[in-house]
Amino acid sequence: MEYKIMIDVFEGPMDLLLHLIDRAEIDIYDIPISLITDQFIEYLHKMEELNLEITSDFLVMAATLLEIKSKMLLPQREKLENNQLEMEEVDPRAELVRKLVEYKKYKHITDKLREMESIQSKVYYKPKEDIIDTFNDDFELVDLNIDDLLKALNNIIIRRNKKAKVLDVREIQREEYTLEKCVSEIKERLNRENTIYFSDLLKEDSTKSEIITYFLSILELINLKYIHVVQEEDFSDLIITKK
Amino acid sequence: MEKRELKSIIEALLFTWGDPIEIKDIASIIEKKENEVEELIEEMINEFDYNRRGIRIMKINNSYQLSTRPEHYDWIKKLSSPKYTKSLSNAALETLSIIAYRQPVIKSDIEAIRGVRCDKAIETLIERGLVVELGRLERVGRPILYGTTDLFLKTFGLESLEQLPPLEDFNNSLDNIDLEK
Repeated sequence: MEYKIMIDVFEGPMDLLLHLIDRAEIDIYDIPISLITDQFIEYLHKMEELNLEITSDFLVMAATLLEIKSKMLLPQREKLENNQLEMEEVDPRAELVRKLVEYKKYKHITDKLREMESIQSKVYYKPKEDIIDTFNDDFELVDLNIDDLLKALNNIIIRRNKKAKVLDVREIQREEYTLEKCVSEIKERLNRENTIYFSDLLKEDSTKSEIITYFLSILELINLKYIHVVQEEDFSDLIITKK
Repeated sequence: MEKRELKSIIEALLFTWGDPIEIKDIASIIEKKENEVEELIEEMINEFDYNRRGIRIMKINNSYQLSTRPEHYDWIKKLSSPKYTKSLSNAALETLSIIAYRQPVIKSDIEAIRGVRCDKAIETLIERGLVVELGRLERVGRPILYGTTDLFLKTFGLESLEQLPPLEDFNNSLDNIDLEK
């Protein structure tokens, strides 16, 4: 029979706890913690049976309840002269009660808001007049000739060209000088000549990427121990010889 | 200009605009001071009510808007298929009420009261335009501060946040429950 009971859906552990307290008709400020804890955990078991997902919030609340319950079971500490200890003698339920009272306030107001919303939803508004469109509809297609049309088209094209320049799509250069190409060229030349200068490899109009690629090829060839490079002084030309 | 004439212009403006229109906009159109406009409209609201006019003037913060009266709904709905608006879930409404009373408020404070996570509810409320981010709290993590919008006021038929029903003390509401039983 119990399996068939549809359990109410609660918005969270606080909601459930309030429901249990209301049902038991007990004073929220004096909760019989043992009873409520048992009912709370029983509810969680029901949820489990119904394969409802028990969120961590519920588990945290169950743990809190058990903690309070165990604290209540401990014998009250005798009052010592020490004031600090008195602090600890606060009812272990106090924090939970404070939270419940706070939550209940909002839960109560929620019902009121729903009522207000349902009244207000019965109200109709008039959609805004489409004022702007009304004015735009006023232009007339008279006294126009083909020249005007052409002018308008030209204006659009000019505007468009200006815009295109602003756009400035950066060109991505295709790599013309690959490392492989440069390496094989250097090798070829070294087969013909004993010594070549780095500057010989470059033309007058060599691009930056060309220079870089040649330089990288030289580094590569040095690494491969294919060539030997010397420099007569700082910043002078590189003299390349085959090893 | 005669007062009567001004009122009729204001009525025309409210009708044409349809949406809520701010006092300052009306004032600049009819070239009067804002407090004069407000006074005129307050009079109009009373006149509309007194004469049992089919439309009323709603106040939402500093704006005014024309609307029908909720008590006429049963007749108006015969004109068309019933107005269907998906009402808010309990979770969303609970979250909304906490935001309404506590704004500006951060998510963790809302969650502390409700005892559950509220991300989904807040998301729904923002989607519905009832809640907005007001800024961030200058604290570790700079959490977002939430507050309600004018649409919130309109949806619940409130002129301003001050008109929210008072958050009753728990003791009072307990008495109420007892009375109902």
